[in-house]
Amino acid sequence: MLKIQSIRKTFNPDTVNEVRALQGVDLTIEPGAFVVVLGMNGSGKSTLLNAVAGTFLVDEGTIHIAGTNVTRWPEHRRAKLIGRVFQNPFSGTAPGMSIAENFALATHRGKPRGLGWALSRNLLNPLRDRIASLKMGLENRLDNAIGSLSGGQRQALTLLMATWLKPDLLLLDEHTAALDPKSADQVIALTNEVINRDKLTTLMVTHSMQQAVSLGERIIMMDRGRVLHDLQGPDKKRLHPQDLIDRFDQIRRREQLDESAAAMLRATYI
Amino acid sequence: MTLLLGALTIGLILSLLALGVMISFRIFKMPDITTDGSITLGASIAAILLVKGVDPWAATAAGALGGMLAGAITGILHTKFKINALLAGILVMTALYSVNLHVMGRSNIPLMQARTLTSHAEEFGGKLIGAKSLNVYGWPVTASDAALLVFALMAAAVMGGILYMFFRTQIGTAMRATGDNPQMIRALGGNVEGYVIMGLALSNGLVALSGALLAQYQGFADAQMGIGMIVWGLASVIIGEALTGGRSLGLTIIGAIMGSILFRLLVAIALRWGLNPNDLKLITALFVFAALVLPGLINKIKRKTTNSHQ
Repeated sequence: MLKIQSIRKTFNPDTVNEVRALQGVDLTIEPGAFVVVLGMNGSGKSTLLNAVAGTFLVDEGTIHIAGTNVTRWPEHRRAKLIGRVFQNPFSGTAPGMSIAENFALATHRGKPRGLGWALSRNLLNPLRDRIASLKMGLENRLDNAIGSLSGGQRQALTLLMATWLKPDLLLLDEHTAALDPKSADQVIALTNEVINRDKLTTLMVTHSMQQAVSLGERIIMMDRGRVLHDLQGPDKKRLHPQDLIDRFDQIRRREQLDESAAAMLRATYI
Repeated sequence: MTLLLGALTIGLILSLLALGVMISFRIFKMPDITTDGSITLGASIAAILLVKGVDPWAATAAGALGGMLAGAITGILHTKFKINALLAGILVMTALYSVNLHVMGRSNIPLMQARTLTSHAEEFGGKLIGAKSLNVYGWPVTASDAALLVFALMAAAVMGGILYMFFRTQIGTAMRATGDNPQMIRALGGNVEGYVIMGLALSNGLVALSGALLAQYQGFADAQMGIGMIVWGLASVIIGEALTGGRSLGLTIIGAIMGSILFRLLVAIALRWGLNPNDLKLITALFVFAALVLPGLINKIKRKTTNSHQ
């Protein structure tokens, strides 16, 4: 469903702020797979997600979604294939507009928008039912501005909006990182429910080892703009949070070793 | 009474300007100075066509189209060439000053002899009422003044209604979301750049329409008539929000129209009381400054007093 071939991206090339964020990433995801992406800060995991979403165009390599080459497509065009939930609960909804209007926009994700009314009875009835199933008491507040809701409520609604039309690919960018633990659990439960129900192909970035172990069927660990480990099948099933933490420690130790070794060499030879 | 009717009529004509400013400033959250140039552009295009004997409706529409083009150019400078919104507006406004002089061929065109929407409305009103003047609660009102007021009222009501409906369509809702959260609407497949260009075109089209009508009402178009009009529009929008107290779409639109009328009335009263007309723009600017700063200041003071109580 998603096929990434040796993509590279360097930000601010040839300046002191040069960042080689992606250094040749290859990744193929089968239809219906739920893949979790792990990595330390600056490892390139969010950059990978943004490259797929089209926030920027990659320097090299190709990206195919559902068999279509989208490498040169702008972000808004890729939205036809992609549903997204952001880390910041404020990013995925228009705060000054009502819940109903936000969903009216989501029902036209990637479709041409015309002069028909945005809100219609055909939308409001199923919408009320779907929002009632969240059990957040929002079904009677469809006319309220979304900006008046809590972060957890907004993130749950963003998830529903992103999946209202079944996306070929669902991108979740640490979508529970900014929430309190209780809201985070609610949103994760909802995520699981939606993904299982619609068999959505999903790429999820997270910081939580617990989420990584309990969710999904495959874990990608990234480091310095590359895929370091790719755990799936029985390997993934046997995994414990402690195993992942150990692997992170390995990465950290190796990085420290690199630095101290370089310092030692410098001291010896220069 | 003539003074009051005149103030109301100009207030209604300028409410189209206020609606245009509402679109750029409130819906797209961009201060768009193109306004100062496009109101004159609408007036110049309409005036030169009227002098040449073109049908007044067509001349007015041509003026509005000119404004839409100017707004679209500002939008393209901002989105495609990544120029700061304020600077893009300044560039187009400055360029429009020369364009307007070229359109008119001189700095001022009188419309006294031309057939305009104003003379249409006056004739139509005269026929309908059948007398030279009316008696409204003991005040004599000329038929032509009354007809113009009704015409301006209809223009404001129709444009306000169209805007209200437009911003509730699929595309209009997406345009509102663009101002509210561009990242969100982009993730939902909205072409943010396209919406900004369309929105600024719509905004400046309304402003130019207002200019075309104003020129016909006051009987001339002038290269200087646009100076400070953005501030006038902002004042109207802000007064309107204070009057209706609402942030919803309908209330903002009604507020902008009411704000424009009230502001014009206040100006007429102030001038009647002996305000020096030269001070008008200074006072308008101070008013908008106060309206932008005071709400935050009042909140701060309120918070301080509640804190000291604890």
